[in-house]
This record gives sequence, structure tokens and C-alpha cells, in this order.
Amino acid sequence: MSRLIKNLALVADPWREAAAEGPLPDGDVIVPLARFTAEREALLAREGRLGVRLSPDDDPAALAGDLGHLDLVALAFPRFTDGRAYSQARLLRERLGFAGELRAVGDVLRDQLLLMARCGFDAFELRADKDPDDALGAFADYSVAYQAPVSPAPGGRV
Amino acid sequence: MYRYDQLDRTFVAERVRQFRDQVARRLDGRLTEDEFKPLRLQNGLYLQLHAYMLRVAIPYGVLSSRQLRALAAIARTYDKGYGHYTTRQNIQFNWIRLDQAADVLAALAEVEMHAIQTSGNCVRNVTTDHLAGIAPDEIADPRPYCELLRQWSTLHPEFSFLPRKFKIAVTGAEADRAAIAVHDIGLRLVLDAAGAVGFEVLVGGGLGRTPILGSVIRRFLPASDLLGYVEAILRVYNRYGRRDNIYKARIKILVKALGAEAFGRAVEAEWQAMDRDGMAIDAGMLDRVATHFAPPAYAELADAAPERAQAMREPAFARWLARNVLPHRVPCYRAVMIALKGGGAVPGDATAETMERVADLAELFSFGEIRVTHTQNLVLGHVAAHDLAALWHALRVAGLANPVVGTVTDIIACPGLDYCALATARAIPIAQAIDAAFADVAELHDIGDLRINISGCINSCGHHHVGDIGILGVDKRGQEVYQLTLGGSSADEASLGTILGPSLPPDQVAGAVRRVVDVYMERREPGESFLALVRRLGVDAFKARVYGGLEAHAA
Repeated sequence: MSRLIKNLALVADPWREAAAEGPLPDGDVIVPLARFTAEREALLAREGRLGVRLSPDDDPAALAGDLGHLDLVALAFPRFTDGRAYSQARLLRERLGFAGELRAVGDVLRDQLLLMARCGFDAFELRADKDPDDALGAFADYSVAYQAPVSPAPGGRV
Repeated sequence: MYRYDQLDRTFVAERVRQFRDQVARRLDGRLTEDEFKPLRLQNGLYLQLHAYMLRVAIPYGVLSSRQLRALAAIARTYDKGYGHYTTRQNIQFNWIRLDQAADVLAALAEVEMHAIQTSGNCVRNVTTDHLAGIAPDEIADPRPYCELLRQWSTLHPEFSFLPRKFKIAVTGAEADRAAIAVHDIGLRLVLDAAGAVGFEVLVGGGLGRTPILGSVIRRFLPASDLLGYVEAILRVYNRYGRRDNIYKARIKILVKALGAEAFGRAVEAEWQAMDRDGMAIDAGMLDRVATHFAPPAYAELADAAPERAQAMREPAFARWLARNVLPHRVPCYRAVMIALKGGGAVPGDATAETMERVADLAELFSFGEIRVTHTQNLVLGHVAAHDLAALWHALRVAGLANPVVGTVTDIIACPGLDYCALATARAIPIAQAIDAAFADVAELHDIGDLRINISGCINSCGHHHVGDIGILGVDKRGQEVYQLTLGGSSADEASLGTILGPSLPPDQVAGAVRRVVDVYMERREPGESFLALVRRLGVDAFKARVYGGLEAHAA
């Protein structure tokens, strides 16, 4: 069963994660930033869609010139209490203008989903042990917010 | 004072519903304790030594009498009949049940209150001068900016999982009563040469095990840019603050590692790249919020001091005037401090009955408004001078006219090992012992201003680093012992105290304080403050007296 949430629903995930090295899977593939940097030309010339995974230490600006070629950026939550990816998400959306899929991966739990969405994430790989139906309820926790939305969302004030 | 609009009401109601669901998921096991803990902390719920403790936000320390009555009702219904005012202008209840916590939040929402972000690694309750809008030395009222910061920071999606907690304090007056130099961000309202309102911005102050005073990173920030600039500071901190070691995770460590200048440059760069216009506080937004803080309808009164005549006849009233009554920017009004101290009291504790009595008196004498100070006292901020005598009588009957504000017995103390799971030593009995040793009010007045701050562990909730006399309780091989520091101050020209000497056992602390005060009384020049004397003589002059003949524990 899929654990990928998009558009308030569980959806099939066409993407495959590639390791730091070794053969690439066919089709749509997500590579770590270091591999993208090292194999940039070959990856961009390849068939299939391309995504890049950033760790919380990575600077999203490293992708500034390439975002137009990327269909997906994955941002990692090594622990749900590590909030660096929230800033990375806003930088990608607001400063670097990334319009593709922004995916939360790692320790992704129900009670942080709405915060992620409000920072510009639009895809969520829920941690494997958690109930996806439970998690879908998170998006209805709030109908209002104090901050302006990053992507279309209920209106903010400040 | 600020009143909720539709957005605030909806938000707080949804917050209560969300937390009720989180508690249910914790109780049925869908949430583990590790997953639940940050969620409950962001609603102010701690697991302490004996029970859950709920810390309720009192935004920038302002309460209505209706809200104070609601706090009294919560104390009576859900706690053991009392609450504890904290050093960050909040109140905490010590005996809350997990399965009733959401009910308490619902009761708070009824009176436009909440417990959001009173704990956790997020932006905490913004604190300010308890005399905001009252003090004659005020440059501009900080409360509208505090409210805008409250709204901006509330469930901010980017900053809900910071490396560590984050505390902002704002002062709008010449004298700093908000301790801005010991906050993660300190903001001081200033005017530029053209008279425009702005902020001096300090970052990286804090107490805890690494006490540091904040550094100025901007001399003048136009007030309209406040939210964008604070957002830039938070973003730099969120991205680069340490997450590998809880003791190195506060922004002060990052500022120290980079240097204040380099940190300031990083903030400026972040801010310049931001949608600054989109973040600007426009005049309409500021005006809408500022309307809530318009002055109450002061009566036209003769500009006189009617209390003086009675003070001549009644020395006890005169003593109360001298310590507990402060000038107001409207000449015939006064601010009246209610000390939750002395007479064996636990510093900062108030019973439900006391809260209700204060709420009544606020309605009768002070436009129904109450302030909480970071020194754990209450203020009735707008009392007509000709009502002072009547108010004093009423406070005396209620046992709330103890004329000790700012004196040796107006002690700041954390709950310590009597309640707190982090504490290493008790703080309350030490405060009570000092209180008993200085029971003579005439003597207290003779000594004058002297701040004693007590923390029951190195986390420094009792602000011991910035007391004239600071007392830190530590555990040494299973024994509670206490380290004294002298010469700290959180006011202008803030300074951190210097350790006096080896730690003392609990039964010797009050005696040591007595000896320190004796040195002050013997050596001070006319008008010389305790702080000035310590700076002039150094701590050695005090050390000789305190340790002469004392059996000291090894430091």
C-alpha cells in the first residue's frame, strides 16, 4: 500500500530512490545532491524524470541553476524534531521559484504534515509504521493561519 | 487590551480540538511518548516530578479581571487551588491531569487565552515591560508590536521545530524592565534623528549554563520592518544553529561561534533577499492592533498628590507608597504593585481567592486590567491617586499590601526541586528562609533596592546570574548546596554576577545573605546602589565576611 500523500489522498508513487552510487533504476529517479552534482550531464540527458534529494545540511541554492530541469526535490527529516527542511522548502518555493513536486521524506508524521504543507511541501512520504488514513486528517486541523501562505492555502494575516 | 477577532477565536478553538485529538492518540497508543512530548510541550504541558504542569501564556503579561477569574476557576477546578506566576510573565498550574488538559485549554479559550508555545523548541511568549503604556519614561508603547509578534510567531510553520527554545523581549522605555539583554532577541524601541520609531536589535543573550549578554546587530530597524527582520534572524538560526548538543543549541552559541558581526551580516543578507514589502507592517495593520491598547478613559483629576496628607498620618501607608506605588505618565494616576512575596509565601504563588480578590480590585480601581511582572508580582496599572488609600486598605485586608517591592524579600525564585523535574535543588525553602531573616520592614526599607534571584538548577529560570545577589542550587554528591554570585543585573548596563566563593549548605544561605547585606550597609556611600558598591569594591570585600568562620564546602 502506498504511503505517499498528495492532493489530500494516498497515491501510487512512480519514483525510485537511487543510492549515492551504483546502477540507476529505470524510470523516474531521485538522486542525492552529491550524485547529481557529480553526474549532472548524464542525469539530465537520461530518459525519465529526475528528482534530487537534499539533506538538511545542503544549501538549496546549490540547485538554483537546475531547478527548471527537475521535476521533484525531496527534503529529508532525519528526525521529526529537526526543522531545517521547513526553511529549505520556503527557500525553494519563494526564493528559487521551484514549482515541481516538493516531497517530505524521512521521519514524516501526521502532526507535522500541515506545517510542511504551509511551507510549500505538496507530497509526503509518511513513515512506514503510521496509519495513512489517520494522517490524512491532519490537513483539516486548521482552517486559518496567522502567516501568509507559501502555496495556496487558507488566508493568513500577518 | 487586545481582544480576539474571528481569526483568533477560530484558531484557538481549532488548537484545543487538535490537542484533544493528540491526547486521545497518546492515550490509545497511536502516538508514542517521544512523538507526543514536543506536541504537549508546544501546548505548555510538562511532565514534572509529581504531576503534569500546564504553563498558560499571558501575552506580554497583560490580563483582564475576567481572565484572572478564569485562572482562579482553573486553579480551583483542575489544580489544588493555586497557581504560580513565572519569570516570563506566565502562570503555571502544578497539578494537572493529562486527561483534563484539553478541558483546561477549552476553559482558557472561553476567555481568549491559550497555552500555545509556552514551552518547546519554538518562539515562546513574548515578554515586555510590565509598565508598558504606563511608565513616564516610555518612548513608544511596545504592546502593539508584542501582539504582532505573538500572531506572527503563533504556529509559524517554518519555526515550530527550532534547535532550541526562543525567547523575545521588547522594551519601549528608557529604563529596561524587560531584561532584553538576556533574551534570544532583545528589542528596544528607539527614535531616529527624524523622530521615526524603530528598534535597536540585540541577539544572542541568555542565561542557563552559558550566560551571555546579547549583542547589538542593528542600531536602528524601522518599526515596519520588524517581522521580516525577526524572520530573517529565525531563519539563519533554524538553518545553522547546532542540533547535535542540547546545551549548545541556543542562538547565543551560534552568535558566539560566528561572532556578532558575521551573524549580523548573515541576517542582513537573508533579510535583503526576502520579500520585505510582503512582510512589512503597514500603517493600517499597526493601527488596528494599536487601537486595542488605547489608554483607558482616565478621569479628569486635579493634578495633586492627595495621598501625601494621609501618608503623614499613617506610616504603614507611607511605607507602602514608598515601595509599591510607582508614578504614571498621567500625573494623577499611579501604578500599584502587589507583591506575591513575603510572610512565608512561595514567591509568585497566588491562591484562587487571591486572584479573585485582585480581579475585584482591578475592576474597582484600575479599569479591570492586571499586569504580571517578570519578578513574579502583579500590577494594578491605572489607579487614581485619590483611590490609593481605599485600595491600600482593601489590599491590607486581603494580605496583599506587603510593602516590599524591590527589596531583599521580593525574591525571584523558580519552583525548584519541590516541583520541577529538571531541578537539582530546592529554591522555595531558601527564599522562605531569607524572607524570615529579613522580617523587619523598616530594615528592608533602610536597605532599599536589592534583588535576590534563586534558581534550583543551572537552567537559570530564577535568573540568578542577573540578581544583585544570585543563588544557584546544585547537587553535590547527593547534597543540595548553593552557590552565591554578586553584582548581576538585567537592567541597563546589564551584567552577570561573579561567584563569591565555595558553595554553602542550605541552612547557611540566609546567614550568608545577611553578611553580604551587612557589608553593603556598612560600606555604601549615600545613594550608592548594591551593584555600584560591588563594582567599586569587588567581591573579595564580601567574601571575607561571608566565609569568615564559616565551614565551607569545597567548591
